[in-house]
Amino acid sequence: MAALCEAFTLCGLGPAGGVGLGSGLLALEPGADPDHVLLTDRGRTTTLFKVSDQKPLGCWSVKHGQIITCPVVCNFETHEYIAVHDNKVLRIWKDEDVNLDKVFKATLSAEVYRIHSLPHAEPLVLFKGGGVRTLDVLLEAPQQEIENVISDEVIKWSEAFLESRQPVLIFVTEKDGDFFVYVQKPKMRSLHKYKLEQQELCNPLSFTAYIKKQIITLLCLYSSDSVYKVLIPLQQSSEEEEQTLSKSLLLNLSISGSVLKGTSFVVLDKDHVAVLGSLAASGEESKECLTIWNTKFQTLQASKELPLGTSGQLWCYGEKFFFTHGKVLTVVIYKCETSSLAAAVGKLKDSQTSDLSSFVNWNTLGDEELLVSLQSQQSVALKSESKMTLRSKKSTVANIQPDTSTVGQFLLSIKDASTAAVEDQLRQLLSKAQMPDFQAAIGCIISALINRCKTDPKFYPRNFLVQMIQKGELSYSLCPDLMAVALEKKDVHLLQICLQRFPDIPEEITYACLKVFLSISDDYLERTDVNLESVISYIDIEPNNKEVKTEVVENGFSTELEEDGCDVTGMKETHMMDSVEFCPVGPQKAALLNAVLHSAYSETFLLPHLKDLPAQQAVLFLRYLHYLYVKCSEKINTTLPGILSPTISQIMDWMCLLLDAHFTVMVMLPEAKGLLSSMHRFVRAQVRLYSELNKIEGSLQELQRIKCQKHSQAYSIEVLELI
Amino acid sequence: MGEFEVHRVRFFGLVPAGVRCMAYQHNGRRLALARTDGAVEVYNFAANYYMEKVSGGRERGGQGWRLFGAGLSGDITEYDLERLRPARAVDGFGGPIWSMAANNDGTRLAIGCEDGSVKLFQVVPGGGVQFEKNLDRQKGRVLCLSWHPSGTHLAAGSIDFIRVLDVHSGRTAQRIMVNCHVPKSKKRECVVWSIAFLSSGTVISSDSFGRVQFWDWERGTLQDSHTVSSSAALSLAVSEKEDSIVVGTSAGATYQFQLLPVKAGGQEKRWVRTKPFQHHTHDVRAVVHTPTALISGGLDAQLVIRPLMEKVQKKGYDAALRKFTLPHRRLVSCARKARLLLFQFSQHLELWRLGSTNKTGKDGETLPLSRMPEHLLQLKSKGPEHIYCSCVSPCGSWIAYSTASRFHLYRVQHEGDSISVKKVPGVPKLLLPAYQLLCASDSGRLFIASDRGSVHVVQLLEPGGCKHLHTLRPPAGTREAVYLLASSADGNWLAAVSGDWEVHVYSLKHFKHHCTVPTYSCAVTALAIHPTTNNLFISYSDQQLFEFSIPEKQYTAWSRAVQNSGLHKLWLERDSPITHIAFNPKNTSQVLLHDVYMLCVLDKSLPLPDDSAVLVNQSTLKQLSEPARRRQLHAFKICKKFQVGSPLLFADLLDERCLVTVERPALDISAQLPPPVQQKKFGT
Repeated sequence: MAALCEAFTLCGLGPAGGVGLGSGLLALEPGADPDHVLLTDRGRTTTLFKVSDQKPLGCWSVKHGQIITCPVVCNFETHEYIAVHDNKVLRIWKDEDVNLDKVFKATLSAEVYRIHSLPHAEPLVLFKGGGVRTLDVLLEAPQQEIENVISDEVIKWSEAFLESRQPVLIFVTEKDGDFFVYVQKPKMRSLHKYKLEQQELCNPLSFTAYIKKQIITLLCLYSSDSVYKVLIPLQQSSEEEEQTLSKSLLLNLSISGSVLKGTSFVVLDKDHVAVLGSLAASGEESKECLTIWNTKFQTLQASKELPLGTSGQLWCYGEKFFFTHGKVLTVVIYKCETSSLAAAVGKLKDSQTSDLSSFVNWNTLGDEELLVSLQSQQSVALKSESKMTLRSKKSTVANIQPDTSTVGQFLLSIKDASTAAVEDQLRQLLSKAQMPDFQAAIGCIISALINRCKTDPKFYPRNFLVQMIQKGELSYSLCPDLMAVALEKKDVHLLQICLQRFPDIPEEITYACLKVFLSISDDYLERTDVNLESVISYIDIEPNNKEVKTEVVENGFSTELEEDGCDVTGMKETHMMDSVEFCPVGPQKAALLNAVLHSAYSETFLLPHLKDLPAQQAVLFLRYLHYLYVKCSEKINTTLPGILSPTISQIMDWMCLLLDAHFTVMVMLPEAKGLLSSMHRFVRAQVRLYSELNKIEGSLQELQRIKCQKHSQAYSIEVLELI
Repeated sequence: MGEFEVHRVRFFGLVPAGVRCMAYQHNGRRLALARTDGAVEVYNFAANYYMEKVSGGRERGGQGWRLFGAGLSGDITEYDLERLRPARAVDGFGGPIWSMAANNDGTRLAIGCEDGSVKLFQVVPGGGVQFEKNLDRQKGRVLCLSWHPSGTHLAAGSIDFIRVLDVHSGRTAQRIMVNCHVPKSKKRECVVWSIAFLSSGTVISSDSFGRVQFWDWERGTLQDSHTVSSSAALSLAVSEKEDSIVVGTSAGATYQFQLLPVKAGGQEKRWVRTKPFQHHTHDVRAVVHTPTALISGGLDAQLVIRPLMEKVQKKGYDAALRKFTLPHRRLVSCARKARLLLFQFSQHLELWRLGSTNKTGKDGETLPLSRMPEHLLQLKSKGPEHIYCSCVSPCGSWIAYSTASRFHLYRVQHEGDSISVKKVPGVPKLLLPAYQLLCASDSGRLFIASDRGSVHVVQLLEPGGCKHLHTLRPPAGTREAVYLLASSADGNWLAAVSGDWEVHVYSLKHFKHHCTVPTYSCAVTALAIHPTTNNLFISYSDQQLFEFSIPEKQYTAWSRAVQNSGLHKLWLERDSPITHIAFNPKNTSQVLLHDVYMLCVLDKSLPLPDDSAVLVNQSTLKQLSEPARRRQLHAFKICKKFQVGSPLLFADLLDERCLVTVERPALDISAQLPPPVQQKKFGT
């Protein structure tokens, strides 16, 4: 839910205010510090403001007779300010410089349209003729010739981005009512020109753009009171002449009959835009206002009336809007949260206004607050408990005294105490039997520990973490970074427990675990501590004991009988190698893979990740699955013995998934051929068996029906035993 | 504990009548419900929705906790809720009355008549109503009425139009045609089934086209229209705050509409259809909107209470969906010795003899019958009145029943296989109606529960006569009628519960009041006196169980133990009240309890289960070995076997090894209902 919060005045703009001297603002640019903005007026002056203090930090002017022609920007790398006056003269200075006459000066050969400063990159200078240079290139030879890209078009708007460390510049030009979009990559020396789809009777008023995944999304505010979206792919291979860009309607700026005449707008996040404009209802005087719109649900989320009028310009830096309101520059702080349907229709409860804190957001709470909230929760729980007891049991809840102080203190100490001290305290904490909100407290402690682990590579209280996961009913969402850290440290044992215990592991992490498990060598695993419970009853742990050989007869169908034409004798040898009697992986690895098989997943989300699995590992995994499948089928009830051993349906699901993900690879791979044909034969035998079973089931079902009919009698005498 | 031979009876062909209309009283949290057969029931929401009172009457309208009814007979009837019967009736002189509404302060009653007139009646504080005036009359029956909360205007819905009447002048202030948006070719009659008048001046109507429409009454314009169903939208109710309404349709669905702001924090609000519910199979004839729940009653005889979860603060009895189909009242009486069952229908009684078997078997087996059950007798009640209560004596030779105005006693003679029935002449002229009948265990006396807390004792004389012995009355007197009775096996004690939930125990030897059980703030749902210990066992509608020793005039040690440790959580959360209590004659510690969903044998000698124990544990116990079993045993032996798809109406112990259960399979009930509105389902 987006909302407009407090507003304050940054500075006055009238002659008395000292800034702008009544001629208006040219632009506002971010300063070196997130809290700083650079204000350039349409005269000679630029001012640096500290927004939170509402006061100017510095002010620079050019000489009388000169005029600043493009917004002053800050080079984020060097903390220098760059200005252009009289279209061609470049000035660069630092904070401590006072007089602009004495700072670095370079006179260029062409007129500058705008300078774009990007974090971690050299500023880009866009010339009115459409040429682009990075500042360093330009300064090497200030008088170098700048090419004219556009003929007699006029640049209306420009913007620069950094995409995979490459600066990208986009600008829009106009000529006789036609609008063109240029995308330039100065490093690549590539230039693309597009024509914007024309629209009858209206033209674009304002533009804004953002880049995501190699696609520039250009948003245009049209005079028809709508916002259109234009997608421009960055990777354009063909050098075709002037493609026409089609646009799609993103948002209609109308609110129950009245229409918002937008003048400028900015993008806040992927679902929200802010529009400054005048709201005109039929028959009423139009009012200027600042509005936030949700594009996903097409709803107006917040609006603020501006009765004193604006200049029609709107800037937005760091969750703040800047615009002129009457004769002052006003700053409005906004907040913009992820949109949900509930929020869009206004049914989401404001977390700040709800007085009864039944849910505590552990992430937002500081450690000190946690302590308080734990206590308050306790009292709420006790209160409701006392209300509930009508005449029922006098519960013993009152006896448990909250021990929250220790948890709070401990959280503070995790940050800096030594490893030994932390472990010692952890042990104490765990020994306390009954802790209120044990689960929540543990979640808090674990995230604190993980944060410490991330900052301090030596710190890793492995035993405690293992103990915690085994004890508390934790979930992935309670401590999302735990598995990431374990993956980094290749702590397979911890990962195994997590996979077994957490109900909500994302598929990406499941896949990462699988990949790690498959890549670690068996020799290494033999030395690690892995829980072998799930494999101990069907894999021979002793590696030398290979003499015990049992004839595998799967449900009465021997695979050997299923020879037919496709089985070439040449493949006999590989077939022997693919014999399913021996587990293709060591018991440790098998136990780890079982843990993966056990975790919950959704096919749609897992499949894309699974495709990234290297072919060799995929074959190994498939071989193991095949082994498990055959093992399962040995028993009539098709289950593997042991605790937490995978079920037949889990095995089948993974097998299908793996084949789906790697089918082409498997077909091509010579070493997979034997495995696949052996699997095929086995599956075919099973299918035959089940089709027979199907027939029997049909006849037995008939019997069941006869039995059921007996029930609907009006009277019967039955025997009931009560114990 | 042992094996029982269970006689499962499923031939009681009771079809509960559909719900016709409802009235909710906010202060008392009581719901009055009228059924299509004219019965009126009162549910007390404070006492776990216990059905407190039943009366035979006709149509609805309730206020100030005085209940008025009106119906096609053209009379307005006030119900006497203490004596549970119609008190006074006034003719409306307008033909059949189709609708009735009381204003907010309960001083005026408006009725809508067949002849198109709306008449105002003044509610007389002492009782009854007095005609005040006629409002403007127009052709077409007035099907629904609603007062403006201020009491100055009335909205009346008829066929094809709505009228708003000025109460002061009696003139029609506005007439709105509901049918004018329909093209001429498709024009058919549009019946406004239900109407609501909001304080903002909005009139909400629901009509036979399935539309819910919002009108501005002053301008007569349509503000909003929602089509909720392809069939009719029959009923409509508004919440007290006027921010939510509930609509019932003839397809069995109910919908909630809420007045929500168009944008968060904004002023502009609109009615939005928010929640659909499908709990009924047939017409939803009546809906009520309480602060925390939507209540709907349909032709399928179901009363559904659907809590609004956002309004319920804590998990409790109110937070669950409740459905009531069968009355919380005993309709079956059992002659234990003669093995007869007497079924009570609204207009007749049926007497059946149970079958028998001569085989024994193991748990779960069905035994072959050596004799089939036999329908012995059908007794039809004369006149339009409903049978209010009935009983058969333990020996099976006396049958008594009572309607609102008459009491009947019959002598039944069994001669071999043939049976003859003779009406007992000279029945004493007692104060009627009788609310409960009970026969002493030796069949020598009949107890008749009557109003003002009195119980008449009548001696039954062989070969076919009776004599009024005495009338027992509570010492302090009460205005409420007695609705439950229990007598002891030795014939010395009688316990009676009146509508104010007081339990009085009388000594029958001396015909005097013995003691009063300490008052508990909940309705008594069943009680019985133990045959050997003379302990009174009482169950309350909040599922509590008490045992009170009559000779010692105090709660027994077991009862105190139960109160100290508390009953199991799941037991307290059960849905329906215990409606009958019986004892095992051979084992003094065993008590049989039952509600609609389960049968429970309570063994007082075993420890009580705590909340961590599994309450319904019979099937697990059966799988355990003997020593393990012993550790798991607890006092509540619950059997849910007979409940699957068929609510339990009655269960009793015939002897120490023989149980009888009367079930009413839900499928059998729905089979007897008229076919529901045809709904097109995909693929059919």
